[in-house]
Amino acid sequence: MEHKTKLYERIYVAVILAFFYLPILYVVLFSFNESKSLSRFTGFSLQWYEKMFADRMIMSAIGYTVLCAVIATIVSTIVGTITAIGLSKSNRILRETITQVNNLPMLNPDIVTAIGFMLFFTSLKIKTGFVTMVLAHIAFCIPYVILSVMPKLRTLDPNLAEAAMDLGCTPMQALWKVIIPQIRPGIVSGALVAFTMSFDDFVISLFTTGPGVSNISIYVYGAVKRVNPTINALSAIIVYVITIVLILMNVVPMIRERKGKKNEKAVTL
Amino acid sequence: MKSFSKMVYPYIVWAFVMIVLPMVMIVLYAFTVKGNSVLTFQFTLDNFARFFRDTIFPTVLWRSLKMAFITTGLCILIGYPTAYIFAKMKPNNQAIMILLVTLPMWINVLVRTYAWRGLLGYVDLSTEMRVYVGMIYNFMPFMILEIYTSLSKIDPNLIVASHDLGANDAETFRRVILPLSLPGVVSGITLVFLPAVSSFFIPKFLGGGQYVLIGNLIEDYFITSGDWNFGSAISLIMAIIILISMYVMRKLDHENKEVLD
Repeated sequence: MEHKTKLYERIYVAVILAFFYLPILYVVLFSFNESKSLSRFTGFSLQWYEKMFADRMIMSAIGYTVLCAVIATIVSTIVGTITAIGLSKSNRILRETITQVNNLPMLNPDIVTAIGFMLFFTSLKIKTGFVTMVLAHIAFCIPYVILSVMPKLRTLDPNLAEAAMDLGCTPMQALWKVIIPQIRPGIVSGALVAFTMSFDDFVISLFTTGPGVSNISIYVYGAVKRVNPTINALSAIIVYVITIVLILMNVVPMIRERKGKKNEKAVTL
Repeated sequence: MKSFSKMVYPYIVWAFVMIVLPMVMIVLYAFTVKGNSVLTFQFTLDNFARFFRDTIFPTVLWRSLKMAFITTGLCILIGYPTAYIFAKMKPNNQAIMILLVTLPMWINVLVRTYAWRGLLGYVDLSTEMRVYVGMIYNFMPFMILEIYTSLSKIDPNLIVASHDLGANDAETFRRVILPLSLPGVVSGITLVFLPAVSSFFIPKFLGGGQYVLIGNLIEDYFITSGDWNFGSAISLIMAIIILISMYVMRKLDHENKEVLD
């Protein structure tokens, strides 16, 4: 399929990328605006950043978002991995049933899953707040962890654990020393998916949280009703962090690969 | 070895409580009388009757479906050529392009939609057009990535073979590349259509509160007016329509695969 990209194709791609990046650049630019205006750039200032860091609500929203994502990731990764290992040894009917049930939150629109949680918590007279939000996050993250661990288990040689136990391992040791290391890439990517899903979530958090507990999304949702350039600063900071993380994630392996190649060359010389 | 299968048991309980029960709750609420405890289950069909009695609700439902259809169509129309151009680039450039498309997706959806608000202040667009821009902006990356994945899996030898057998570029595209990339289009459709139907903050942010979609109705009945029974009925109607359209999509995809085989 590979060929030289023609000029009109380059222009097309450039237009699409401009469409993707224009609003992001716009927000970053206006986060440095001196005035409150969102349409006229009057001069450079860092006041919105100062205001943002001084804003208690924003700081607590960031705190809740990170804390919730960390707890949801840890719990859903552990539970999801344990369940996936169990499922790989279970009969077909149980496996199919669990897969179908897990499909519910993945295929349903977020808002349906969200109101389900809300009705469930309030019917049980559980006060909504941080705990209910974390529980809901754990619930919608586990299916994604299972989904990314299962394929690794399918390609795993079933005799490996058997052999480990024949050589004197207890089932726990076989699990910890043989199975887990083999499926580690699946566990890591599952954890990453869980973290981003939780960190970015808006709809499910909105319906499962209680008064006084907002994550970043809920804060933005409530704050945009009036002109509020501190959101520009908050958005810009999110953009910086994500850009740095993604560049590091993509550049570090590239550098490592190059170094590896150099070392190889050194060896052959 | 068999003992490992016991490791599923805790999750069976969890999945029943945290996934199945909440869904049952929606159904229960949708079929019960307002203000009545669900535990004393007072069956009614009135919530559904109310939805279809008033013209406003079917109108909003129709508007949401239409909007999701058009959004999905535009995402294919704009996204397919993009993915196609990507798939023809040098491998290194392909990786860069995919990274560039993925990067905005990592930024919070609300922040991304909020960003459009200021930018759209410069152009004179109707409320509906603004909402379309927001929808396409948020969902097109999914479409591009799905189509790109299926295009990049196509064996290049198939294209060489097609040319060797006398097909020109257009014929090769129509008879080889397009059918083989359809699975990507299908999964792209599910990734765009689903969130587009139920979206409620995109119309709220960009439509200035005047543009109401089915998701906004559900949000209002749950958060503002507190009529959970009617809200549940609306959600149930939406969920059923989505289920039916997904089923039809899968069926079409299967038939397409059978033809290919």
